[in-house]
Amino acid sequence: MKQIIGICIAVIVGTNTFSQSDKYIKTMESKLISVDTTVSVSGLTDLSNSFQRIGDAEKTQWLPYYYAALASVKSGYMQSMGGQVPNPTAIDQAADKADDLIKKAEELSKDNSEIYCIKKMIATLKMMADPMTRWQTYGPMAAEALAKAKELNPNNPRVALLEGQDKFFTPEQYGGSKAEAKVIFEDAMKKYESFKPESSIAPQWGLSTVKYLYSQCK
Amino acid sequence: MRTLMITIGLIAWQIGWGQTTISGKVSDNKKHPLRGVSISIKDSYDGATTDSLGRFQFTTTEKGSQILVASNIGYKTLEQTILLGGTNSELELVMKEEVSELKAVVITAGTFEASDKKKTTVLSPLDIVTTASGNGDITGALKTLPGAQQVGETEGLFVRGGTAAETKIFIDGTLVNDFFYSSVPGIAQRGRFSPFIFKGTVFSTGGYSALYGQALSSALILESIDLPERSEANIGVSVISLNGGYQHLAKNKKSSWGINYGYTNPYLAFKLYHTVQDYTTYPIYHTGDANFRIKTSKNGIIKYYGYFSQNQLAFRTASVDTPGYKDMFQLKNFNMYHNFSYKENIGKKLKMYAGFSYTNNKDDRNGSLEDQKNEEVILPGLEFKKFGLKLKGDYLNGKLVFEQRLKGLAMLRFGGEYNYSSDRSYYTDYNSQEFDHKINEKLAAGFAESDIYITNDLAAKVGARLEHSSLIDKTNFAPRLSLAYKLGAQSQASVAYGIFYQSPEKQYLPGPVPLGFSKATHYILQYQKVSSLTTFRVEAFYKKYEELLKTVAFYGNQQMLATNNNGYGDAKGFEIFWRDKRSVKGLDYWISYSYLDTKRDYLNFPYAIQPNFAAKHTASLVIKKFVTKWKAGINASYNFATGRPYYYIGYDINSHTYKFDDMGKTPDYNNVSISFNYIPGIGKQNAKAFVVYVLAISNVFGINQIYNYQYSYNGIRKEPVIPSVKTFIYLGAFISFGVDRTQDAINNNL
Repeated sequence: MKQIIGICIAVIVGTNTFSQSDKYIKTMESKLISVDTTVSVSGLTDLSNSFQRIGDAEKTQWLPYYYAALASVKSGYMQSMGGQVPNPTAIDQAADKADDLIKKAEELSKDNSEIYCIKKMIATLKMMADPMTRWQTYGPMAAEALAKAKELNPNNPRVALLEGQDKFFTPEQYGGSKAEAKVIFEDAMKKYESFKPESSIAPQWGLSTVKYLYSQCK
Repeated sequence: MRTLMITIGLIAWQIGWGQTTISGKVSDNKKHPLRGVSISIKDSYDGATTDSLGRFQFTTTEKGSQILVASNIGYKTLEQTILLGGTNSELELVMKEEVSELKAVVITAGTFEASDKKKTTVLSPLDIVTTASGNGDITGALKTLPGAQQVGETEGLFVRGGTAAETKIFIDGTLVNDFFYSSVPGIAQRGRFSPFIFKGTVFSTGGYSALYGQALSSALILESIDLPERSEANIGVSVISLNGGYQHLAKNKKSSWGINYGYTNPYLAFKLYHTVQDYTTYPIYHTGDANFRIKTSKNGIIKYYGYFSQNQLAFRTASVDTPGYKDMFQLKNFNMYHNFSYKENIGKKLKMYAGFSYTNNKDDRNGSLEDQKNEEVILPGLEFKKFGLKLKGDYLNGKLVFEQRLKGLAMLRFGGEYNYSSDRSYYTDYNSQEFDHKINEKLAAGFAESDIYITNDLAAKVGARLEHSSLIDKTNFAPRLSLAYKLGAQSQASVAYGIFYQSPEKQYLPGPVPLGFSKATHYILQYQKVSSLTTFRVEAFYKKYEELLKTVAFYGNQQMLATNNNGYGDAKGFEIFWRDKRSVKGLDYWISYSYLDTKRDYLNFPYAIQPNFAAKHTASLVIKKFVTKWKAGINASYNFATGRPYYYIGYDINSHTYKFDDMGKTPDYNNVSISFNYIPGIGKQNAKAFVVYVLAISNVFGINQIYNYQYSYNGIRKEPVIPSVKTFIYLGAFISFGVDRTQDAINNNL
């Protein structure tokens, strides 16, 4: 009995005195599971909002804002895909929100390769909303951000993922190539293998995307 | 055992009472549920996102008095204190829309905008150069928009029953005096400036801002590009021209400079095609321009654009005045244009725009009558056919505008403008008698305008302009007012009213009696519905002309002298514009239709009549498609206008009155143009050069087009005014050397 009481007390005391940083890590870990698996626009919006709440509460952590931006930019990509003609206004909103968030992340962590990857994704998303008139502005902006991400960390597997994606989705007439994409994806997989995330909540997403796209490179 | 009870109680408290469920609903002030709103307890992780019905629910372990935050893009963030741990009541949250440029209503009555930025944009800068019938000319593309006439015999924009002189053109805020190449009889001249140097175009067909003046009908406001995207060299070769240029962007991307040179000689083309004119000197143009741009701060930039051109031509045409003889016309022109502009934020809420431009223009025109052997002759009664006319003009324009941001989006703009012009003309008649004429004008203007947002859905622009002309020594005061009301998420209605003044054209000054400003009053009503891929707008207008110039004959019927401001007229009509990028994937098209009912009594008109530059119905269809497989853009356009009236106004010497001696109506105007842009290297990585091939064919089907009729001096004979080449095929290649970024650009989506 005493044991039970002891455990109970320990639980109560334990949950109440959970250190703030543990709570942060635990919450982040629980949310991160959804990053690679959420595909609906509303789900990604919700996820982005959740990360933003953590960021706003923590104030000094760049990762919550980083993931909030990632989820927002992904929700934009979801809207630009599908068979229908995309709705540029909705895409712009998602991109602008992601842009606000990544700026907050950048204030907390300068010269971060992962942050530049998101910036690349935002620029590409902005361009996709109206490619004919925007490619001259956002095309170079995307290329520049990706180059900067690569410069800051040449071994970042997400840089390779984004490079491969560009090659994969670009029509051959415009210099895209599934064969070249395949080589980049192979390289990306190697980089994912050797990549050591700094912590359990540091960016490590993307491998499943690489594997899927690699399987499509036939 | 008691301890156990207490412990269990504690656990129960921890589980049951430790968590509070918060739920509720979020709507906007019109009771529409808001989706995707982020709800949170301030400084905690707890929160939720609203669903499609605006509902949310979450649990929190926070206790006591806490702040609940609701945030959503485009809405004012809502903070509300709530007491946790008590009863779980349903929260009803109402969010107010944020007054933002993105959502606020924008006044669009009378304006068409081509730029990248604003949501009111109807065209993109790229549209200007890819409109098939535009021939790479700015005003050419604008003629496919409602309100503008398809006038092919004279350059300029004829808007809503107005003459070309009633449209004024501005670059970076300041007036451009010689926007088009110098007039040549029967051939509309192109604009001097390349459409590629502009990033924004605002074409107002009426009711324009108080910042601009001296145009009874229309203002075309062009904004030059800021820093280029990259350093680049380019070469262009076409059937009629050669050009080359270099643009340098500094490493720090804070400044740039560039130079361009172009040479145009249609010798080859004119050898291939039959031209109406028999050229003795082919139209040869040398043009050069230079620019620099310096970023002075985050929002500040200094821009300079300088241009010069030298051109000449000479041709013979069969003379309408006397059968069997030929008219000889010669023109030499030199033009220089410099434009400086400076834009800076000088306070947190205060912006300054300063602009200064200088133009120097020299025309040397000669006319004569020639016989069958191409020898100059002077026939009695036709002495006026022999003349020499030298025109020299110097123009200085300065403008300073301050923009003070008031509460929210409200804005106050005020400033002044100063235009100085000096025009000299030297006329030599058949027996070498010279007549010199010099005229100086100083026009000063002050203006103020305010954007007022009554709500996010209702905006007003109230402005006024005060002008003084030293030449006619008169002052005018022109109020302007426009309103816009948002009817729905995508639709809005606008109205505009304004009074517009214009000085008499220089050729009538100084008159034998004091002359005054001509006046136009505009009333415009507009409805538009814009989604991201479609634009629909319909506009009705009424324009009243007063105090137009009236003239009497002078030197027989050859010269006209303005004697009073008793002319008048009006123009009314409606216009429809529809652009659609949605219905057919990859296809972009627009349709415009204009109905115009106008009459005026001005110059030597015996009474009010539909002027010869106004067609009742005008329509255009413009189609654009980019075929990825072919790496080519295909553009086509069809322009239609019903016939325009023409007439000969004779002068009765005995009664000193004018009368219509002859009248008629031209056949309807039809034109189909197509163009192809082929970009073979698109997406090639590490390519050193990037080539665009252009093939453009105007009047593909060789339809007979009659712009107008030209009468002999005595009104006995008339001849149609037709395009100098029926079908023109243009072929060119443009190569740029720089970093090819199409790869990054086209990317995932094409």
